[in-house]
Amino acid sequence: MTVDPYPDYMRESINKVEKTRDKRAKETIDQCSPDEITDVLNNFHPDFIKEQKTKLRFGVSKGEVVPLEVAKIVETKSVLNPKAIDLKKIDFDTDILIVGGGGAGANAALWALKSGVKPENILIVTKLRMGDSNTTMAQGGIQAAVRSVDSPAIHYLDAYGGGHYENDPPLVKRLVRDAPLVLKWYEELGMMFDKFDDGTMDAIHGGGTSRKRMHFAKDFTGAEIMKTLRDEVFNNNIKVLEFSPAIELIKDENGQVAGAVLLNLDSKEYIVVRAKATILTTGGFGRLHIQGFPTTNHYGATFDGCIMGYRAGAPLKLMKSVQYHPTGAAFPEQIVGLLVTEKVRGKGAQVVNKNGEQFCFPLETRDVEASLLIRECVGKNNGIVTPTGQPGLWLDSPLIEVIHGEGTIEKNFAAMVKQFGRFGVDMIQDPILIYPTLHYQNGGLAINENAETKIKNLYAAGEVHGGAHGSNRLMGNSLLGISVFGRAAGISAAKKVGKVTLGKLTLAHVGQYNALCDEHKVKNPPSPIIFPDYTEAKHKDRILPTDFLI
Amino acid sequence: MVTEIKHELVKIIVANTEYAVPSNLTIMKALEYLGWRLDRGVGCRAGFCGACSTIYRLQGDHKLYTGLACATMVENGMLIAQIPISPANKKQYNIEALKAEPNTMLEYYPEIAKCISCNTCTKACPMDIEVMDYVQAALRGDITQAALLSFDCIMCGLCATRCPAEISQFNVGILARRLYGRYIAPKYKQLDKRVKEVEKGIYDAEIDKMIKAEKKQITKLYNARVREKD
Repeated sequence: MTVDPYPDYMRESINKVEKTRDKRAKETIDQCSPDEITDVLNNFHPDFIKEQKTKLRFGVSKGEVVPLEVAKIVETKSVLNPKAIDLKKIDFDTDILIVGGGGAGANAALWALKSGVKPENILIVTKLRMGDSNTTMAQGGIQAAVRSVDSPAIHYLDAYGGGHYENDPPLVKRLVRDAPLVLKWYEELGMMFDKFDDGTMDAIHGGGTSRKRMHFAKDFTGAEIMKTLRDEVFNNNIKVLEFSPAIELIKDENGQVAGAVLLNLDSKEYIVVRAKATILTTGGFGRLHIQGFPTTNHYGATFDGCIMGYRAGAPLKLMKSVQYHPTGAAFPEQIVGLLVTEKVRGKGAQVVNKNGEQFCFPLETRDVEASLLIRECVGKNNGIVTPTGQPGLWLDSPLIEVIHGEGTIEKNFAAMVKQFGRFGVDMIQDPILIYPTLHYQNGGLAINENAETKIKNLYAAGEVHGGAHGSNRLMGNSLLGISVFGRAAGISAAKKVGKVTLGKLTLAHVGQYNALCDEHKVKNPPSPIIFPDYTEAKHKDRILPTDFLI
Repeated sequence: MVTEIKHELVKIIVANTEYAVPSNLTIMKALEYLGWRLDRGVGCRAGFCGACSTIYRLQGDHKLYTGLACATMVENGMLIAQIPISPANKKQYNIEALKAEPNTMLEYYPEIAKCISCNTCTKACPMDIEVMDYVQAALRGDITQAALLSFDCIMCGLCATRCPAEISQFNVGILARRLYGRYIAPKYKQLDKRVKEVEKGIYDAEIDKMIKAEKKQITKLYNARVREKD
């Protein structure tokens, strides 16, 4: 007999969940009214805790409200000593430099290529391997208003209202308008979206959608997109430097961005890249663990792109806003924080408290849903606390098969069944314990609809940018975002590079930023950090400097 | 309710050196417990990216096991080595110029004919994919079957590492899936229609009107939306 992964007191609560299941299957709870939304956000969303925010004290976005963890990593000197770098020796001279090997970076490269740039004039650099990214981890789907009952205009309204009207309207327009175009291209590349026999792509709701427009490839949507895009990058001989993170942007004497300094993680040498266009596609900041939350994010999500861009003078926006995904795994301990896709609720699973009661509409927008869950646990004490102290609520996954029949979970959630199964939890038989987890950086570098930042020759696409999603991104608009703005960046950079003339290269802006840090007496450790540090403090005091080995 | 949990220590051997680590850790977290700040063999930490391929043996057991460091628990006597990159045979192709014909797979990856049906690839797969079956399907020219069976592949390369016939299975799989997705799966006709409508700009005016609308107006519109039934 297999061992029950749940301790007795959790099993007792599961028994209550099972008892109410049939009754709940027919029960629907109303969505929150606009007033209720304001109330629960103000009282329970982590973004509304004033003590967790501060204003940037210097730089181009001085006064911007940011989480404390962001201030700590932005208001600090560079890991790079600009005086130690010889910019006269250029290691790579390219038209387009793409910093980040995820979905946005691959899109930018492939669309630059389609727009006439030769593959040898495109360089992708990444801190790990090509494709190692949050794109790969995105499970639920990609939004595109395709069905006849839907339209890009309805998609616009969902995204704009869902983002609390703080989105940049031209960016939202580009996002929703280009959505069918990118989905078509993906189909042509041979991605295997879930389809009916007549070719119609399956589509479901996400939180905050008024039409079913989430298209998906089982619960491997991002992986399917990334695997295919990477295959195309390799097919087209686009040059990729792996294990070579960018650590600062290079500018020229005229203030334009002109490439980047990279770090070779093996030899620890720096690499100078001169480029006529630099596209930042470095993703977000999940691994900064804002307010101590666990995260769904990739190991490399450490905010590097925003930091480099900011030091070069590109403004940040909407940094006050952080997305907590309502359903991160809360048990077992080994997978705390990992994503349980919204699609599980899209297919009918309800969120249930320790007494087996449903207490909210399961598909509110993410910020509202997360706040309702936190209220149920922290405000009303109706959550379950795991043996390691992690609070959580039940996501009643077995309900999916009550509604849709046996086999639905395995067919739709193969990745997740496996993920929980590895640690002894069977989500087909038992509900799973969930709690909000740090998921997405809603804000970031400001861009226009062509993915251009305020600084000449510098572009940004994907999670590194802020604006398209306002202060709350809808499910399925991130895979869409990396697609639309990665593509936009590739196309607009390709158009511009012929007209770019670069002057003498300089890192003066890094020196100037460091001087500002001195002026403000900052004592934070230097950045970017490239990787999070999960080693225990006891090791730190014992580390010897090893420069002599290099 | 919070109870202090003391996990027993288990012995693992990394880089031929023995360490004691708590038994509730994954291999990846065990390495960090030892003070290693990882920059290889680490990625999504959630079983999706295939960056942390690991081979290991257990004490007193002659077998060589495979797994993902982020999803495999440490065991007592585990002898661990990681394979952060898989040196594989990847053929280049222009997907638009390919034909989904029975011999296409064999043309690009003729080594699949050397498969000796030993099933080692299947046993090595951390995603429990029937790897040998999809290689055999590819060999038979059954692209559909090869695509469907290989769908969950995370391209970690453990199959290729273990294959005595030196096949790079995961690259065979993605070729099959792309051929299937492009040429065999039925096309979404409404998507073509919508693309043409978007390109003609027929939704632009409606969106532009919303862009120009006052906040009050747009809020009213948003709050009046009716959610399509599930």
